[in-house]
Amino acid sequence: MKPNDVILQSVTKVAVVIIFTFSVYLFMNGHHNPGGGFIGGLSTAAAIVLLYLAFDIEKVRENIRIDFKKLTAIGVLLAVCTGLGGVVFGKEFLTQAFGYFELPVFGETELTSALIFDTGVALAVIGTAVNIILSISEDR
Amino acid sequence: MNSFYIILFLPFLFAIIVPFLFKYINKRIHTGWFVLFVPLTIFLYLLQYIPIVAKGDTREYILPWIPSLNINITTYIDGLGLLFGLLISGVGTLVILYSIYYLSKEREELHNFYIYLLMFMGAMLGLVFSDHILILYGFWELTSISSFLLIGYWFERKNSRYGALKSLLITVFGGLAMLAGFIMLILMAETYSIREMIANVGEITNHSLFITALVLVLLGAFTKSAQFPFSIWLPDAMEAPTPVSAYLHSATMVKAGIYLVARLTPIFAGSASWFWLVAGVGIVTLFYGSFNAIRQTDLKALLAFSTISQLGLVMSLLGIGSLAVYFGQSENGILFSAATFAAIFHLFNHSTFKGSLFMVVGIVDHETGTRDIRRLGGLMHVMPITFTIAVIGAFSMAGLPPFNGFLSKEMFFAGVNDVANAGVFGLEQFGLLFPIIAWVASVFTFVYCMILVFKTFTGKFRPEKLTRKVHEAPFGMLVSPIILGLIVVLVFFFPNVLGEYILIPALAAVLPMMQINASDFHISAWHGVNLELWMTIGVVVVGILLYKTLKGWVKLFNNYPYRLTLNHFYDQSLAGTEQFSQNVTNRYMTGSLRQYLVYIFAFFVLLLMGSFITLYGFQFDFSKFAPIELFDIAIVIGIVLAAFVVLFTSHRITAIVTLGAIGYFVSMFFVLFQAPDLGLTQFVVETVTTVLFLLCFYHLPKLKKNIGKISFKLTNLIISLAMGATVTILALAAFGHKVFEPISYFFEKSYELAGAKNIVNAILVDFRGFDTMLEISVLAIAGLGVYVLIRQGSRRREQSNETK
Repeated sequence: MKPNDVILQSVTKVAVVIIFTFSVYLFMNGHHNPGGGFIGGLSTAAAIVLLYLAFDIEKVRENIRIDFKKLTAIGVLLAVCTGLGGVVFGKEFLTQAFGYFELPVFGETELTSALIFDTGVALAVIGTAVNIILSISEDR
Repeated sequence: MNSFYIILFLPFLFAIIVPFLFKYINKRIHTGWFVLFVPLTIFLYLLQYIPIVAKGDTREYILPWIPSLNINITTYIDGLGLLFGLLISGVGTLVILYSIYYLSKEREELHNFYIYLLMFMGAMLGLVFSDHILILYGFWELTSISSFLLIGYWFERKNSRYGALKSLLITVFGGLAMLAGFIMLILMAETYSIREMIANVGEITNHSLFITALVLVLLGAFTKSAQFPFSIWLPDAMEAPTPVSAYLHSATMVKAGIYLVARLTPIFAGSASWFWLVAGVGIVTLFYGSFNAIRQTDLKALLAFSTISQLGLVMSLLGIGSLAVYFGQSENGILFSAATFAAIFHLFNHSTFKGSLFMVVGIVDHETGTRDIRRLGGLMHVMPITFTIAVIGAFSMAGLPPFNGFLSKEMFFAGVNDVANAGVFGLEQFGLLFPIIAWVASVFTFVYCMILVFKTFTGKFRPEKLTRKVHEAPFGMLVSPIILGLIVVLVFFFPNVLGEYILIPALAAVLPMMQINASDFHISAWHGVNLELWMTIGVVVVGILLYKTLKGWVKLFNNYPYRLTLNHFYDQSLAGTEQFSQNVTNRYMTGSLRQYLVYIFAFFVLLLMGSFITLYGFQFDFSKFAPIELFDIAIVIGIVLAAFVVLFTSHRITAIVTLGAIGYFVSMFFVLFQAPDLGLTQFVVETVTTVLFLLCFYHLPKLKKNIGKISFKLTNLIISLAMGATVTILALAAFGHKVFEPISYFFEKSYELAGAKNIVNAILVDFRGFDTMLEISVLAIAGLGVYVLIRQGSRRREQSNETK
């Protein structure tokens, strides 16, 4: 008989939202407070793993249609391309730029190219972590 | 480029087109006919230098090779080089002519043969004409290599390969020693040129490296020239085709060592060690070779030992001649330079008669199918011309008139008699040994020469023991030995033509410090009744007696145990070194990872602690330490306790969980030391690793379920304690030695520079973004690696299931 995981699944549905939010907070905040791409990526991966634990792997795969190997590749590519961005503007490889902009909703906001780099880091970390865990769990 | 260089490199250039000749023309015309043109051209070209050199002139040419390192192909033509050059090209011509008839154009891989032979010829010519000592070395090794290829020409035979390998090992061993000696010479004289070394000989003789260089250079010369005890490769080199034996192992390559000794005589001679090494080893070799030649039953082996013996003779004469340098321009000096003259003379003579003898043996082998003297006999009537040449060659070797060997043998006796009266270098006590050994060796030489001629050509003809129908060799095969035989006889009757034009210039090159007066070196066949003549008569009388009673005493040789021979020693030491190195390797390459880790850690500890102790590293400065808080102590105690649990627990799951605890303790440390980013990351990563450990634990094979404690090993304990102590001491000492200000102030300005208040993040993505980029690449590779490992494993499992 299949065990009844109603409580686990219900809690997960709520918890995942919180964890995702927290991860995004960690990630976005990394520039000025503790956090950043690495830990943000890891906690996102933790949320996804929680989903895998609570639900079936197939079910999660149907809903999150992401190939995590490709995600890793995209992440690394993004990081490298940020570096190339500096080269395009005649600076050294991986020169980061930042500036303050007036945005419609957020008001005056600091935008940095380092954020794109950090996104690459986060994607690579998510991809790798989930990929490893998926590979191992499928090896039955 | 001078035309001389074209001649010098002609063999190499021609070797390139030999394969094409073989492939397209060999079906109609034997490739050897084309090759023949090479040494002939060289010989004719070199002839033009005879009048120049006879006048006392020399020629020098320079071809730049690596001018920035002062390495140029400097060639120098003097009497000695020219004598060798003429021998190499002259005998080379005859040998190639002989090989055309000896080697079948249908059955043999002629292109290989002639390429190797041309390579050898070019190397040998380069060797004798080089003035640059490193170029000389280069050509020297090229002779070793080409000789290796030639000995192993019939590579499908086991003995050929054995002989080739043996000769290569021994000659290259000597060659490398010689290179070391050469480098010392270069250091001492500060020049690469042999002639400049001779000019600066004073600096060399007073240098502390002098004796070492002397010994090393002689090692090279002795191995190449098959001197005792390095002579063992020469008999085994007889597996080569006979033209090769005739060319390399009688006339040219084995004389490279002689050439080197003669060439460097002006530098080293005059010292007692040179005299004793060269003359002593030479005379021992002379005796050893002649003594061993008698018991051989294979004609080529007999000739090989006789070559060894004759080379020893030349070497000892060169040693005796070196006394001339010691005495200088005096009566004694002239007396001993006569010995050098005799050496050069005998060198020439030996090339002629030994070349012809090898060719004779080759003919006998070719026509009868065997070289074993126990199966041969009575060939005199079947092969009269071959017999005549054999008599000429062998009687010349035995030192009988009217052949050239007689002249040089007489001069040899004169040399050893003189040395007994020299009265220097301890010769007062041991001088008399020289004439005695020389005389006994000459008796043996006489005996084996008689064996060579009479056992092969006289007696009863036994065709039933031979596989082929025996007849005289084709004329083409006989031409070369006939020419050599003619030279043997002609030199006896007109020795001074040769002496004046070739030998005296060569003598002048060997002993440049002496005033060579041509009339002092007039060779005469009859020089009155003197001690040397009586010695020769004694040799003949005792030799004939011994030969007649040969059957009685030759059996004594067979009782000589194989275990005491040099060959046995060589084989044993070769097998021994292999066994030894295998044992050593097996001893430490056990395949156990634990052992390798022990090596690594032990090395680490020894190196670090060793340098610590020798460099006085124990300087601790505790003044900069921060005060220790209560929390720090608590966490440290926690970590230490957890570490002990990991070490002493018998449950793996306990170990895993405790490891996780250590990880969390560390993340608490990060919190305490105000590293929130590290703390966060450490916390999450520790969780993931613990989960992965548990996963591994779950999948452990069920075979060995009895999990015990970690077994105790004293080495492990010592190594781990030492390792821990080392790292601790290193860290403490390093803390006390903070020499420079830290650069962290730079990153404190991160908000102005990178617009980030989080320094750690700013460093990660901005200041040191390159590291991060590669770190995520590492992560990606690790992820893909896990994926590939697992997928490949499961796919293989599926495949094996399908095949079942």
